[in-house]
Amino acid sequence: MKRVAVSSLLLCSLFFSVVAQQARPVADDPELEKRVLNLSKELRCLVCQNETLADSRADLAVDLRNEVREQMKAGKSDKEIIAFLTARYGDFVLYRPPVRPTTYLLWFGPFALLVAGLAVLYRYVKTRRTLISEQPLSPDERRRAEEILKVEPEKETA
Amino acid sequence: MSRFAIPLGMFVVLIGFLAVGLAHDPREVPSPLINKPAPVFQLAQLHEPTKTFSAQEMRGKVWLLNVWASWCVSCREEHPVLIELARSGALPVYGLNYKDQREDALAWLNEFGNPYVLSSRDTDGRVGIDYGVYGVPETYLIDREGIIRFKQIGPVTPDVLRNTILPLSKELSK
Repeated sequence: MKRVAVSSLLLCSLFFSVVAQQARPVADDPELEKRVLNLSKELRCLVCQNETLADSRADLAVDLRNEVREQMKAGKSDKEIIAFLTARYGDFVLYRPPVRPTTYLLWFGPFALLVAGLAVLYRYVKTRRTLISEQPLSPDERRRAEEILKVEPEKETA
Repeated sequence: MSRFAIPLGMFVVLIGFLAVGLAHDPREVPSPLINKPAPVFQLAQLHEPTKTFSAQEMRGKVWLLNVWASWCVSCREEHPVLIELARSGALPVYGLNYKDQREDALAWLNEFGNPYVLSSRDTDGRVGIDYGVYGVPETYLIDREGIIRFKQIGPVTPDVLRNTILPLSKELSK
């Protein structure tokens, strides 16, 4: 029993020491930490590519967050830091890809598809309408149609 | 027949896109450093910690910079390829020991063999960031003017070595 108590106490202290270590940098300068977090949300972690630098727990993400923090401390602007990172890791590091000729397809492709779809739909509806209007009912057909329509409700009640 | 031609055509195009997507490795992010000067660094050497190594010392030579670590599993996979390359003497291989403990790194080289002319130690990963390293191992082919000409992300396979790195280095050495 005593052993369990001691080991659980050890486990707790271990846990708390880990928490304390993670929390320390935040206490340093909350204003700076907020800036680091905001910028890291715009950056992709290259190890786990679906995560932002802010969310990722990969080693490289921790290193890069530290790099961002230190550059901010050194007085660099967000733009300068982004330029620093894209020079090394490419545009891929940005969660929002920049608009440039290589990304035109990415940015405008969906809208081009939408316009193309609307054009196809417009043409389809138009040809259908001309098909229908080209064949008006003859007086004879109209009479028959009216007869059928009149008969229908009687059939139902019968 | 033309009723089916359009859906069939769309299906074929879709399959084409999916096939390209499957063959594409999302882990391979094109490096912006290709055809750019290799970042300058000066780091302590692994075997002789009092000496340093700088990328600028390699001006005038075509060389390979291999980023490795004892904790990196894929490095074991590529290691025989590098050993073979070092034995052939076709291209000098320099190591960048990335975020590693000195004892672990030395023990690792003792166990598997040392293909490197020398390794320098990037203990905090700063040089790694400069080189855009995000998944060890990574390998850079650098020319006489200190320009990065090729980057291999992940292990160097015998195929990549034979078909890409060696022909390119031969051309650069001319």
